[in-house]
Amino acid sequence: MGVTPCESRRRSTYSPNCTSQTLMPQTITHQFDAAGFDAFVESRNEPSWLTDLRREAWDHADAMAWPDRRHEEWIRTDNRIFQLKKYGLPAVTSPDVAPKPQMKEGVELGGSIETADSFTVSESLDPELAAKGVIFGDLSRLSEEHEILIREHLFTAFDPDYDKFAALHAAFFSGGQFLYVPRGVVIERPLHIGSMLSDGGTDTTHTLIVLDEGAQATVLHESNGVTADAGGLHIGAVELIQKAGSNLRYVNLQEWGHKTYHFAHQKAIIGRDANLQWTIAAMGSGLSKVNQSVDMVGPGADSQVNGVMFTEGRQHLAYHTQQYHRAPSCHSDFLYKAAQQDKSRTVWRGMIKVDKDAQKTDGYQRNDNLVLSQTSRADSIPGLEIEADDVRCTHGSTTSKVDEEQIFYAQCRGFTRKEATRMIVIGFFQQIFDRITIDSVRDALSDAIARQVREYE
Amino acid sequence: MTHVLKIEGLHVSVGDKPILRGVDLTINHGETHALMGPNGSGKSTLGLAIMGHPGYTVTGGSISLDGEDVLAMAPDERARAGIFMAFQRPMAIPGVKMADFLRHATTNVRRPDRKEGEELIPMREFRKELKEKMAHLRMDTEFARRYVNDGFSGGEMKRAEILQLAMLQPKFAVLDETDSGLDADAVRLASESIADIGREKMGLLIITHHDKLLVHNPPEFTHVMLGGRLVETGGKELAAELHESGYDRIRSAYPDAEAVNQEMLAEEASV
Ligand SMILES: Nc1ncnc2c1ncn2[C@@H]1O[C@H](COP(=O)(O)OP(=O)(O)O)[C@@H](O)[C@H]1O
Ligand SMILES: [Mg+2]
Repeated sequence: MGVTPCESRRRSTYSPNCTSQTLMPQTITHQFDAAGFDAFVESRNEPSWLTDLRREAWDHADAMAWPDRRHEEWIRTDNRIFQLKKYGLPAVTSPDVAPKPQMKEGVELGGSIETADSFTVSESLDPELAAKGVIFGDLSRLSEEHEILIREHLFTAFDPDYDKFAALHAAFFSGGQFLYVPRGVVIERPLHIGSMLSDGGTDTTHTLIVLDEGAQATVLHESNGVTADAGGLHIGAVELIQKAGSNLRYVNLQEWGHKTYHFAHQKAIIGRDANLQWTIAAMGSGLSKVNQSVDMVGPGADSQVNGVMFTEGRQHLAYHTQQYHRAPSCHSDFLYKAAQQDKSRTVWRGMIKVDKDAQKTDGYQRNDNLVLSQTSRADSIPGLEIEADDVRCTHGSTTSKVDEEQIFYAQCRGFTRKEATRMIVIGFFQQIFDRITIDSVRDALSDAIARQVREYE
Repeated sequence: MTHVLKIEGLHVSVGDKPILRGVDLTINHGETHALMGPNGSGKSTLGLAIMGHPGYTVTGGSISLDGEDVLAMAPDERARAGIFMAFQRPMAIPGVKMADFLRHATTNVRRPDRKEGEELIPMREFRKELKEKMAHLRMDTEFARRYVNDGFSGGEMKRAEILQLAMLQPKFAVLDETDSGLDADAVRLASESIADIGREKMGLLIITHHDKLLVHNPPEFTHVMLGGRLVETGGKELAAELHESGYDRIRSAYPDAEAVNQEMLAEEASV
């Protein structure tokens, strides 16, 4: 394999063979209040530039109101039962939870980082990659050694002042990951990030990925709860920063427990002729509010965004996406497919935004929904905001049901009702799978879907 | 023991609209039966009722397979018991490849006790058999990678149905207008394919308007349906006569059934 674990500064109770799925009760936590913030910063041993950044974010967070339902992004998403004071970051150690990696099955990795409740519990990087100047590890651990690199990029894609969740994240992020791929370096083997959340735990991980000019990498990032219905809080952010001609495949499989709150800001900034393929699978959490934006800032930038959402029970997943064309001759291709069961609901609100200077823009945006029960619901709101005059932008959205005739037809071929439903639902998502070139990712996604699909009444 | 599919006094409604009004039909394994009749007389309804379509309510009578109550079975149980229907209008299942669909279907039908999630028949073995059968039907192997009936032409759909028949090897098969929408060559190919699969290995109920299918698969019995009843039964010469001269003789010989048929058609038109 050629991968050796590198030194982790924080000690932990993590053991790779641990099968226990129980939470060690966290008695001491840093709450999201002034005292909690001070104690949190105190415990971190970080360089002052980072502490200053956190303090500013905390001041802002403290002064900001919660987004209310009159706000465009929150009209369809009721956040009132969320109580921040129920959550806090573990102050002492990570909980004893076993990682649940799915996407690295059978994959030779170039490196891996595992976190549990925002503690980095293991890090590894192929020494050959390290020798080429690749940096991959815990963000705050690296913030001293690689101050210049990290300062230059941290919070340049992510906006800490976007809303209160963003500000809280900026103040309290922990167990983050930093990946830097130097100019021209091509990483063939995928890098893996796994985040676990204990029942009732808190995760504030921040992912910062920087690909320098002409660099290439694949990152498989997955988030899991200890059990399917575990509670907890994730306030997270992802920053993908791509310099000219770089190439990134980034896959995010979100399977938080179904009582978990998931608030995330995820943004890519893509430079000249750079290429991004970003695949999101959102299966977990009870309530999600995610902002995903792909900003094409250099001419010729190309992005493909694929999304799979599959919900059940009373899950409510709200995704606000943006394809932002800020430079001419960029291409963006966006496809989200969502299926809803039981009383669940997904909200997708997408925007293609084209600046005045972004002539020759080619933008595509599509959202398909498969509503699987009488009581589930899909809100699909595509949008265009175009200021340039020489562009091609198309968008569309569909909402359909599983056809009883399809189920009957499959039954006549020996499929049980459940098998038929599962097959039809997986078939619905196939168009996305067809775009995924990594076998382990395709398998992990179809397994995740198959686990969640139930009989369709 | 030879298998027998027995239909007795079958009444079927869609919603509260009666369609079949007492159908009796016994098919022994190895026999070929032709089912003919004008449009809207209830032929497809009989097939769908045999398969257990949830929209077709059996309001009277019985269907049994070797004495077992078919009406008590879910559609997939009927398929696993060895009953098959080639659909007049097969459904598309986008995103599901023919090969994957058929592998799962074939496993379930050949291993009726298989539980959900249990192993499918080995890929290699399955591929080999599928390839052979497709070659036999002169189907391009590319067909197996296409999504089930998705964007298929009428002819492709019918051939796909025959391929499924060949793979699933049922005890009894209803072929619902498997020859319509095909050109002359395709009809001949379909007819030969069915003969190849071996009609002596099945009990066949062939619903058709043409006689091509029947030339290669001469029926021992021909039944004529009108107004939801089988009004006449004969041998293969009856099929030839109807093909030659149409249903005028039947319509005037059975005025009550004809009246019902007209009524059903009128209702259909008014919907
Ligand atoms: N799903 C349905 N809903 C309403 N009416 C139906 C349905 N299926 C069949 N019928 C009616 O039943 C009658 C027989 O139809 P069908 O069995 O398709 O006839 P055939 O196959 O002989 O042409 C027609 O009058 C048709 O309108
Ligand atoms: Mg018909």
